[in-house]
Amino acid sequence: MAITRDEVLHVARLARLALTDAEIERLQGELSAILDAVGKVAELDLSDVPPTSHPLDVVNVLGEDEPRPSLPVGDALANAPSREGGFFRVPAA
Amino acid sequence: MSWEPVIGLEIHVQLKTRTKMFCRCELGFGDPENTRTCPVCLSHPGTLPVPNAKAIEWTVKLGLALGCEIAPHAVFHRKNYFYPDLPKGYQISQYDQPLCTNGRFLVPGPDGDAYVGIVRAHLEEDAAKNVHVGGAAGRISGADRTLVDFNRGGTPLVEIVTRPDLRSAEDARIFLQLLRQTVVELGISDAEMEKGSLRFDVNVSVRPEGSSELRTRTELKNMNSFAFAARGIAREIGRQIEIYEKGGEVDQETLHFDPTREDAPPLRSKEEAQDYRYFPEPDLVPLAPARDLVERARAELPELPGQRIRRLERDYALPFYDAEVLSGLPALAALFERTVAAGGDAKATSNLVMNQIVAAGVDPAVVDGLELAKLVEARGRIPRAALDEAIAASGTPGFRADDYTADTAITDAEELRPVVERILEGNPSQVEAYRGGKTGLLGFFVGQVMRELGGKANPKVVNELLREQLGL
Amino acid sequence: MIDTLRLTAEDAAALLEDGEVAAAELHGAYLEAIRARDEELHAYLTTVDAPEGEGVPIAFKDVISTRGIETTAGSKILAGYRPVFDATVAKRCKQAGLPLLGKTNMDEFAMGSSTENSAYGPTRNPWDPERVPGGSSGGSAAAVAGGLAPWALGSDTGGSVKQPASLCGIVGLRPTYGTVSRYGIVAFASSLDQVGPLTKTVRDCARLYRIIAGRDAYDSTTVELREPVEIPAAEDLRGLRIGVPRELNEVEGIEAGVTDAVRRAIDLCGGLGAEVATCELPRSVEYGLACYYLVAPSEASSNLARYDGVRYGLRAEGNGAIREMYERTRDEGFGDEPKRRIMLGTYALSAGYYEAFYGQAQKVRTVIAREHAALFERFDVLVSPTSPTVAFRLGEKTENPLAMYLSDVLTIPSNMAGLPGLSIPCGLSDGLPVGFQLIGPQFSENTLFRAGHALERALEFDFVPPRLAAKDRA
Repeated sequence: MAITRDEVLHVARLARLALTDAEIERLQGELSAILDAVGKVAELDLSDVPPTSHPLDVVNVLGEDEPRPSLPVGDALANAPSREGGFFRVPAA
Repeated sequence: MSWEPVIGLEIHVQLKTRTKMFCRCELGFGDPENTRTCPVCLSHPGTLPVPNAKAIEWTVKLGLALGCEIAPHAVFHRKNYFYPDLPKGYQISQYDQPLCTNGRFLVPGPDGDAYVGIVRAHLEEDAAKNVHVGGAAGRISGADRTLVDFNRGGTPLVEIVTRPDLRSAEDARIFLQLLRQTVVELGISDAEMEKGSLRFDVNVSVRPEGSSELRTRTELKNMNSFAFAARGIAREIGRQIEIYEKGGEVDQETLHFDPTREDAPPLRSKEEAQDYRYFPEPDLVPLAPARDLVERARAELPELPGQRIRRLERDYALPFYDAEVLSGLPALAALFERTVAAGGDAKATSNLVMNQIVAAGVDPAVVDGLELAKLVEARGRIPRAALDEAIAASGTPGFRADDYTADTAITDAEELRPVVERILEGNPSQVEAYRGGKTGLLGFFVGQVMRELGGKANPKVVNELLREQLGL
Repeated sequence: MIDTLRLTAEDAAALLEDGEVAAAELHGAYLEAIRARDEELHAYLTTVDAPEGEGVPIAFKDVISTRGIETTAGSKILAGYRPVFDATVAKRCKQAGLPLLGKTNMDEFAMGSSTENSAYGPTRNPWDPERVPGGSSGGSAAAVAGGLAPWALGSDTGGSVKQPASLCGIVGLRPTYGTVSRYGIVAFASSLDQVGPLTKTVRDCARLYRIIAGRDAYDSTTVELREPVEIPAAEDLRGLRIGVPRELNEVEGIEAGVTDAVRRAIDLCGGLGAEVATCELPRSVEYGLACYYLVAPSEASSNLARYDGVRYGLRAEGNGAIREMYERTRDEGFGDEPKRRIMLGTYALSAGYYEAFYGQAQKVRTVIAREHAALFERFDVLVSPTSPTVAFRLGEKTENPLAMYLSDVLTIPSNMAGLPGLSIPCGLSDGLPVGFQLIGPQFSENTLFRAGHALERALEFDFVPPRLAAKDRA
């Protein structure tokens, strides 16, 4: 299954990856080969089979609505690449 | 050609749980930025969501109030997109297996019941708060940086999507107000637009009257009040009709209103085809609300405002307007019902409760229905001033209507006659004016007599005596 | 003199208990070994000089969040990131008194089978430094095999504990999904990730599993164990029904030397009293790898979205708007393999492809689970090689992602079904260790330990790499 250069670019945009031309070219080839291999799953007719999104058969695992301490603001911001006062700072969104 | 508006709503209600949807940071309002955060709601590597049991219980409750089916098996999905207020790069939301689906919500009106279809109500987490600074204040465009505060990020948020069943801006306003009142009475949300705990977007299209087609819709975002929304919707309906009448086509687009400047024209943007790559959230297991719990919640549901309007109308033969106003404040409706149960005439009680109790600022919850019924009964035969005084006092502990009604008023004409005579003697010029034709002065004399007697006189007897003495 | 190459965690615990060695002395002996040998092996990314705890020291794969200690997941995008909290497994080890030796090298975000995908350079196999230790928990496996830690924790998504254990000649457990908390484990693929022990013996493995396993309120996908973890002692396999799935033992690409060693181990099982029979897992093996390479990258593409330069980690320098910051940060911060998988996963989840790829893969997962469940009506344990090959040379597969992915073809099927798997060394092929995989139904860890221990005793495999033993004697 061949993936086009435009598809690679589209997916890279969705994934927020600025790829170099060399990367785009290489990924186009690699992804095509991988998609060929994984496309194998389509061989099976599984129209009557339910999907498994979770290996364990459990439901309703919840937490009670009881507060626990939040982080000191210094810890919250400790790893921030950029901050301003108590805020995280980023380029204009 | 005449045109019919087709309006659907998407409402977001923040739940007032103590903690966030997927971590146990305590929710607050107005705390210093980033003081209500933890590794989970900051999405530090390896952290995992744990759903808030209360939020799920409340969403089921709301679903039941909206007449929805509660799914036996519901799933959280990830909605993937990038934005600084979305720390995981995805929002945990619900997609094709939401908790509540396929409801109908009663909206009573003066001309009968209307039902607004509910497509779904699902639970998700709210985004954090971005503050855009450096450019024109508060505006997204022109800012040179964005500051992020994650305190609000992760607040439980219920999204309610209606069918396009609304036909006017006024319908939308009535629906929203009733919905707001419903969530407030369920005790699950403050639903305050100014605090952002109630938000909604509106989808508007128009079609030729009688047609059942759905034409291109526009989406109105960021409206900050019901009245503002109603005006915005009405304007948008007019704009679309004008386009069609000129032979044009409506573009699918989003109108972003500026919540801080009502008069500003909305910014228009084309709807981008988003690709959110929804997939089942692998960090969470499915929800399977137990049937017996759902049935218990259904049984424990309080009477909803819409039902209450209908019941007040039916059981007490009240006009729609009265029922709607009384229902608007549950304590008022309850006082009304206590008073009627104690013997008060329904319409008279309704008038007294809606107007005088409210105007007097009395807390209806503390008023004794039996005493109020006595006032209703006495209202025609005691002086207006006495009635006002009684109502003003009706909320005080130990209030007794008898202290203000005819039982203590003097009805004996022989006892009153000397007082009446004294008043007339003391006001000769008014007597002359009255006799000269200014009959409106009768009230003045009544008032003087009443003041003399501290209000404790039967106004009817006083009137008769005055007329007799003045000779007319 | 503490022989860190040979000392098991159990023996070390006995030394501490008997007061023959102090905890600090023991810890110091490993730090000394690290100084002596890690320049060559590069098993560690970070070492800890003065840890807390009076027990047997331990090493953590760098995917496990450790409060105040740099945690990079082998990625440049997390360089300098110091967690403000401990992962639940780190907390449990602390509570058990295990002092931390350090954080071990790994394939970036646990994506790889050779530890060559680390942004911090590859780890080398203690048996032959020209060869890879396997991956992605290659640092932990090499540390234990090379005597640089008595035991260690790794994480396993498609085989990242079992396969490096196999290539390094040690024991590795991938536990039943949901029995070990993932809280604080830098996520790769949430429905598959599971932390597991890497140890010299099966008994050590059971001891460490006992410390880390059990329900955690911070991870909604965890459950209570059905029974307490038992430290195995029995030396026979009487009553055990062992299935030998034909496809797992005969799939193309299994080296002859691997097949021979595994065959000898299977024969030994019969001798120890087990009933052994062949069986089939036709679709699990044929479709397992394809299924895995749809599910895992899809989940990864979403799990790695949080590395956006906003709250922690790398942020690309320069001006521009938010979108540019995201794109350049992620381009600079992620290596080739994460990029490849993010791209693949994003594609598989995107509009128009979801049903054919991710949706279909989720159904294949059901097929795989059912196929295994059917076999466990007849068998207690399924066995096969852990890896089709012994340790391969550095660089041998780096240019061909698909060839690298085949390293996990035998570990992936049971992982997709959430089943536990134990790898124990069963012999040598060309002087390099061969791993023997034992797979059980969910929550059958005690059975796997029992079988693994009995077999380990009978096999008498020497886990000390001869070249290190020789060097040590010299």
